[in-house]
Amino acid sequence: MQQNDLIVIGAGPAGMAAATEATSHGLTVTLLDEQPRAGGQIYRDVDRVADKRGDILGKDFTYGRTLTGGLRASGTTHLTGAMVWSIEDGFRVSFTKDGRAAQITGSHILLATGALERPMPVPGWTLPGVMTAGAGQILLKQSGVLARRAVLVGSGPLLYLIAAQMVRAGTPPMALVETQTRGDMARAMRDIGGAMRGWPYLVKGVRMLATIIRARVPRYVGATDIAIEGRAQAEAVTFNVAGRAKRIACDTVLLHHGVVPNTQAARSLDVPHRWDDGQQCFVPELDTWGGTGVDGLFIAGDGAGIGGAKVAEMAGRIAAIRIAEAVGRLTVQQRDARAAPLLRSRASDNAIRPFLDKAYPAYQPALTPEDATIVCRCEEVTAGDIRRYAGLGCLGPNQTKAFGRPGMGPCQGRYCGLTVTALLAEANAQTPEQTGYYRIRPPLKPVTLGELAMMDTPEPDAAE
Amino acid sequence: MKPASPFLELEGNPKVPVTFDGDVFELPLGANLAAALLAAGVQVFRHTPVSGAPRAPFCMMGACFDCLVEIDGVVRQACMLEVTQGLCVSRPGTGEATDATE
Repeated sequence: MQQNDLIVIGAGPAGMAAATEATSHGLTVTLLDEQPRAGGQIYRDVDRVADKRGDILGKDFTYGRTLTGGLRASGTTHLTGAMVWSIEDGFRVSFTKDGRAAQITGSHILLATGALERPMPVPGWTLPGVMTAGAGQILLKQSGVLARRAVLVGSGPLLYLIAAQMVRAGTPPMALVETQTRGDMARAMRDIGGAMRGWPYLVKGVRMLATIIRARVPRYVGATDIAIEGRAQAEAVTFNVAGRAKRIACDTVLLHHGVVPNTQAARSLDVPHRWDDGQQCFVPELDTWGGTGVDGLFIAGDGAGIGGAKVAEMAGRIAAIRIAEAVGRLTVQQRDARAAPLLRSRASDNAIRPFLDKAYPAYQPALTPEDATIVCRCEEVTAGDIRRYAGLGCLGPNQTKAFGRPGMGPCQGRYCGLTVTALLAEANAQTPEQTGYYRIRPPLKPVTLGELAMMDTPEPDAAE
Repeated sequence: MKPASPFLELEGNPKVPVTFDGDVFELPLGANLAAALLAAGVQVFRHTPVSGAPRAPFCMMGACFDCLVEIDGVVRQACMLEVTQGLCVSRPGTGEATDATE
């Protein structure tokens, strides 16, 4: 079996740009991605839908075709529909594709696994009809499917983006229930200097808001006590705003209060992570190039810390340039010359983040929810359960598994990990860093015995 | 009969029959299965093994596993599959494959 110079995991902006850059320096690259077509979540299915819905989704979406086109022309081996479930030192990557498991090897790995929605456990968030705003956007992007009667709940630019896209599609949301306060915006103004460096983002934000306001979508800012009502299906959102109780009947609720790095694969390889107070999440500890403490292992894109699509693209190329130098395809001087403009643009594109993080902070009651709220969707463990475990002496997220199985369902803690850390940290008067996170082990995604039995294994001489 | 859907579809691709829990739906060929079922009016994809609570797609990107369905005896994520001709889908735990006595 062929040894790759680089295996890229994830075909979003970081992964596509990295694979394209690396092959341009003569590296042998395989790109593995779960989706049937390249794009990641931000440019999901862009090649199929840009012509159909480009006017609704906007230029920043259709731009993704530049990256998918680059990838196609690059000579990268792009394995679509490939679900990676194990990465071992050395490196050997195990994945499932078309119902059978397979393995490939490579000297370098780039994790470009992107972001997840920050979990937003509010009462009723497990009801059918409640989805992440990202899910609502994926439905629109990939499938042209729109919620007829939706309320958007939470905070942040993505909420405005999907609202503006829904307006352009002729199906505006019924309301925006926003959790940030005027005080948050005042605090954010201290970082307005950085925001001005990222002025194109500000302009985009103002345009999105103008679209929403022109369409007369009701906005409720500074909402608290958010809950979703319904028996078998979401029926209404209830909340308080300026001391008044509100109830909006709807069929669909789209939740969003930021995105967080998807750290599952990196954690399975023991990459050290630190707590990022500004973004209220764990991020992997990386050097300038995206290099981790593990030799040959790199991370780029939102999985390295939230920066958005353009930052991800540049970070992917920066990591690829470093890897090209590591395998001897570029000298250190060539590497530095090629990376310098990318490093500068990345810094300038990242400059708006402190402003955004402060202007649209996470909704505090969803970081440490009230007792009755489910935090682990898979095993239906509540916030009160986690607090009870802490009362019994439970200090770390991993230990909670023995008490009540949180994080042990099929999602493997992706949508409860940060909440369980926050609840334990609060209950035990510790920092999130001291509390830590679930230990992530392969298989990263469920794999069936049938898929394993069908496995194509590397030839023995190549594996040794 | 097709139930009223809370979702609107912008375009109509060629449709093929897909069975979901005994009901036949005409879904767009090649579409994302979870999206197509939502647009066809399917509101509950499964019931949780812990409390039996109803669930439906939540993340649409393969991370949350709330859209699990059963196809040919294997439980899979509907949001990671595409609509194919004659696909037979059931709610997990209700399919024939779980009956091991035959």
